[in-house]
Amino acid sequence: MRDDRARSVPTAIKILVAGGFGAGKTTMVGTVSEILPLHTEEVLTSASTHSDDLSGVEAKRTTTVTMDFGRITIGDSAVLYLFGTPGQDRFWFLWDELAIGALGAVVLADTRRLADSFPSIDYFERRRVPFVVAVNCFHGNQQFEIPAVRNALSLDPDVPVVLCDARDRRSGREVLVTLIEHVRALTLGQAHTAVGTPG
Amino acid sequence: MRADHDDAHQWLDADAGPLVRAYAVTGGRARPGAGLFDLVTYVVAAPAGQRRNAVHLQPEHRALLEHAREPISVAELTSRAGFALGVVRVLLADLLDEGAVIRMAPAVAPGHVPDDDILQAVILGLRHA
Ligand SMILES: Nc1nc2c(ncn2[C@@H]2O[C@H](COP(=O)(O)OP(=O)(O)OP(=O)(O)O)[C@@H](O)[C@H]2O)c(=O)[nH]1
Ligand SMILES: [Mg+2]
Repeated sequence: MRDDRARSVPTAIKILVAGGFGAGKTTMVGTVSEILPLHTEEVLTSASTHSDDLSGVEAKRTTTVTMDFGRITIGDSAVLYLFGTPGQDRFWFLWDELAIGALGAVVLADTRRLADSFPSIDYFERRRVPFVVAVNCFHGNQQFEIPAVRNALSLDPDVPVVLCDARDRRSGREVLVTLIEHVRALTLGQAHTAVGTPG
Repeated sequence: MRADHDDAHQWLDADAGPLVRAYAVTGGRARPGAGLFDLVTYVVAAPAGQRRNAVHLQPEHRALLEHAREPISVAELTSRAGFALGVVRVLLADLLDEGAVIRMAPAVAPGHVPDDDILQAVILGLRHA
């Protein structure tokens, strides 16, 4: 049954912000957008009832996971929805629904713990979700580290790797621009079947 | 108010009441999957005349309708209502059955990349807003 009045909704663009524990996901979602809390939920299994988060509320069978959620409105026509995905393995089920229809993902990487970003990268590669790797500058300029990061993460040559400071709005938004440019390039590449020439 | 509150656990203090109550309303019922109400699906309250059995609605249903007077995404509705996503989906499914809520067609078919002019507008917006 449809509403009689012609109503249009903006183009909703779903972007995921992933990365290892403490990589800066919450910081980035918060600096680039208006951040809102989003309670998702998890039905506890016996395996997770000993979780320290829940001491004192053992009687509760369902608990909530609060996900980072941010929104950027672009004029009347488009809205970006950013979702910071919880890093722990037991939340993979949340990723599966987030990945559906996502335009792409930002994988935040901390050079001190690069291996922490493997699971996210692996996940997006297998799901064919376009992604960029953003190296979060926790300790000064890391320009020289980009090739090393690319190498250590065995990234396809066309996956963009950029530096960012998740605390800086302009820097965070430029990462999103990189992602959208990457998606555009992939889309055009598919249309013309000319793949493999980055940049 | 606790002076040493932990941000990560704030929801336990602030929202445990409504959350627990919302679970009671939806308790034990099958959870509709993400398909019907994706996080970026827009919904809007139906005009009053279009609704069927509004008498069956619980306060939680009415709360969602209040937030959905204008089209709103499921993610934002969930955030504003303070319920958990799974609960909101159950409530929305009820509201859809009652004809009280309208699920709006997305501007871009799910899984499709938006038109390039929109992507270009987004890039401009990100750089200059
Ligand atoms: N120096 C520096 N610190 C940062 C940067 N980004 C985040 N931080 C700090 O690093 C810490 C972790 O950042 P979060 O944004 O909480 O990381 P997260 O990925 O959300 O962490 P989890 O949700 O716990 O996995 C915080 O104390 C931030 O202030 C950055 O670019 N530079
Ligand atoms: Mg976080």
